Amino acid sequence: MSDTTFSMDGRDIPFEPGQTILQAAVAAGVYVPYLCFNAEFKPHGSCKVCTVKLNGRTATSCTTPARAGDEVESETAEVRELRKNLVQFLFTEGNHFCPSCEASGSCMLQGVAYELEVMSPYYNPLFPDRPVDASHPEVLLDFNRCILCELCIRASSEVDGKNVFALSGRGIKKHLIVNAESGRLADTTLAVTDKAMSVCPVGVILRKRRGFLVPIGRRKYDEHPLSEVAVASTSKPEEGT
Amino acid sequence: MAGDPTEILTKHRYDATRLVQILRDVMAAEGYLSAKTITAIAEGLKLPRARVEGVAGFYSFFALEPRGRFRVLFSDNITDEMAGSLELRQRLLDAFHIGLGEVSRDGLVSVDATSCTGLCDQGPALLVNGHAIGRLTPARIGAISSLIRGGAPVAEWPENLFRIDSHIERKDLLLATPLARGEALAAAIARGAEATLEQVKLSNLRGRGGAGFPTGVKWEACRSTPDDERVVVCNADEGEPGTFKDRVLLADYADLVIEGMTVAAFVIGAKKGFLYVRGEYPFLEASLEATLAERRRIGLLGKDILGTKGFDFDLEIHWGAGAYVCGEESALIESLEGKRGIPRNRPPFPVTNGYLQRPTIVNNVETFAAAAFVAVHGGEWLRSHGTAKSTGTKILSVSGDVARPGVYEYPFGVTVEQVLADCGAENTHSVQVGGPSGTLLARNEFRRRIAFEDVSSAGAFMVFDASRDILEIVDNFARFFAHESCGFCTPCRVGTTLVKQMTNHLVSGKGTRRDVKDLARVCNVMARTSHCGLGTTAGNPVLHALEKFRPAFDQRLASLEVLPSFDLDEALAPAREATGREDSGAHLSSEEEP
Repeated sequence: MSDTTFSMDGRDIPFEPGQTILQAAVAAGVYVPYLCFNAEFKPHGSCKVCTVKLNGRTATSCTTPARAGDEVESETAEVRELRKNLVQFLFTEGNHFCPSCEASGSCMLQGVAYELEVMSPYYNPLFPDRPVDASHPEVLLDFNRCILCELCIRASSEVDGKNVFALSGRGIKKHLIVNAESGRLADTTLAVTDKAMSVCPVGVILRKRRGFLVPIGRRKYDEHPLSEVAVASTSKPEEGT
Repeated sequence: MAGDPTEILTKHRYDATRLVQILRDVMAAEGYLSAKTITAIAEGLKLPRARVEGVAGFYSFFALEPRGRFRVLFSDNITDEMAGSLELRQRLLDAFHIGLGEVSRDGLVSVDATSCTGLCDQGPALLVNGHAIGRLTPARIGAISSLIRGGAPVAEWPENLFRIDSHIERKDLLLATPLARGEALAAAIARGAEATLEQVKLSNLRGRGGAGFPTGVKWEACRSTPDDERVVVCNADEGEPGTFKDRVLLADYADLVIEGMTVAAFVIGAKKGFLYVRGEYPFLEASLEATLAERRRIGLLGKDILGTKGFDFDLEIHWGAGAYVCGEESALIESLEGKRGIPRNRPPFPVTNGYLQRPTIVNNVETFAAAAFVAVHGGEWLRSHGTAKSTGTKILSVSGDVARPGVYEYPFGVTVEQVLADCGAENTHSVQVGGPSGTLLARNEFRRRIAFEDVSSAGAFMVFDASRDILEIVDNFARFFAHESCGFCTPCRVGTTLVKQMTNHLVSGKGTRRDVKDLARVCNVMARTSHCGLGTTAGNPVLHALEKFRPAFDQRLASLEVLPSFDLDEALAPAREATGREDSGAHLSSEEEP
């Protein structure tokens, strides 16, 4: 049925009209690493970790529409090397200290790094100065770990209808801001029940007084690697097992 | 009243798509965008406050903190540096005892750097409160210091300081052929929209912004997208360092450009247009507005143009605010809508989903100029010039080590060698064609031709003679891209900063072979995974220089294979500052005594 499938690493991937390469792959139970993608939201295409080779050229798989007959390379040494560098870029850019991070074990950046066998940031860390925002009684924002995926921005705007988060600055100075003249989270309308509270793939948006509620070793990606969890949670039930 | 933007919001009809224009006006009135003002603007426009703050924080001409009452920005293109801008900048900093990026204690003045301001043919250049001053000399810097001390508004400064010359050195098809006002429109109307489009397609006119997309194909795609409201946009966000030909076209040939836009509107059936001019060119405002007013007066803009029922078209000028990425067409459209200039995901393309999701064509200034002539003289006329794949002419902005910098128009296919001879370049070592994102050519490539099929160019032509240091050129371009990356995608956001750090490392003689290898590696990742053309080309200067001038890198390397990139002495700087010590005993390695 070549008019509704494309090929990824030699495997036929079926797709529905309107699906992107990544959406179709994940639905078919094939893992492609990603960070800014979330199946509940429109693909965004900023982290570039889902880069593939499409008919010989690199492409962003989360935003590129699937087309019948396309030849997609994903798990090749060449593509993995590009992805690995991008993850190293992210580690270089922020302040990511896994051993002391509350999100360790349930962090997608860490999970993707394991998948791609990233052993070090490799490049000289930039050590940006990003003060935390502890103003809110229930929520701590630790910007040091922000990878600028914009999921909290999208969730707050599209689901919560609040626009609590946004981006300011440009280039390497781009940063997450909150919707308040004071610049403090406490002065926004954020509620702990907001969708924006649950979409951060790393450890920026944290509930206070919940630290280490789940002990290290029993967290999301501790028992099953990210590649299995990511596919299990988004693939269609009939293809899950 | 300070902090109250009501008047400015009223002027802009409380239209949120005009946010960039509103912030520009508030900047001009108040010098910076305070937290209170941002809140007031957001409330007035019914936008989330964070969204307004995000836009304010994106464009480099906007400031969220007070700047000096006189805000001086030195153009830091390599051609400015070659003409001595760094020494002149230091002179001004010293005059006010401030450092780069600082505001003097009395709030009078701040001095900073900005990306190329498009006066490379008459640099070094600066902007003071948005007003451009070129041909800087120590005497002029002295005069500027006195004027700042005197405190008179920049509008009252002597006029001769602000003179901008056009420097048209060679005219060909576009610049030498006369065109009467309305001539192209009359021809298009007589021929009909469809037949005019056929002529544009026949002419094989390709986009002059550098990418070379066939103009007729773009117009046809837009025309055939069903919609009541199509939009024509002229991209005059000429941000590529070393380019200034659009500045000259808009200064001396504004009628021709607007005529081309109106022809395009006739062909695709658009009623609305925008002329997006980079914020560095405010000196064009008066003459452009006068041209628009005159064309409205004589029925070349507005309702029933040239008496043709239903041919309604008008356009407005939209000013940029210091963001190179807005030269990318979808980022430009975002900016037109009052947003951060982030390139969109494609598909869909602007021809189907552009400004406010309407079918939109975005073309370069020079493309519209050429299109106006095609409407009059037909497609064959353009095809009779240039090469088979690159029809017509190309206007080059020539600067750097040449006797006669300025604008040169040539038929496509001209050799680099020919241009060098005409502009009086001697002992040329290399030429940067198309700006930093273009192609760096070494001496053995000077027989190559300016054409889409050989060396493609948006117009920049920067010449470097043998006295120049290729690493400093690469370092300058690396700083440019790091400053201008929009930050949307990981590879460009982080990669451009890593490249900037690494080239700086190499230029200062601390590099190792590993640095050179890493530099190529980062550039390769950027080229292959970035979201838009900015990131995919940002590594070009490094990659081209490594390929063509490798010995220049090797000579600069420290002898060791590996050097600690951590500078212990530098790390002690905070301790020195805290103790007020700067003596040799406070340094680990006594390099040079201050």
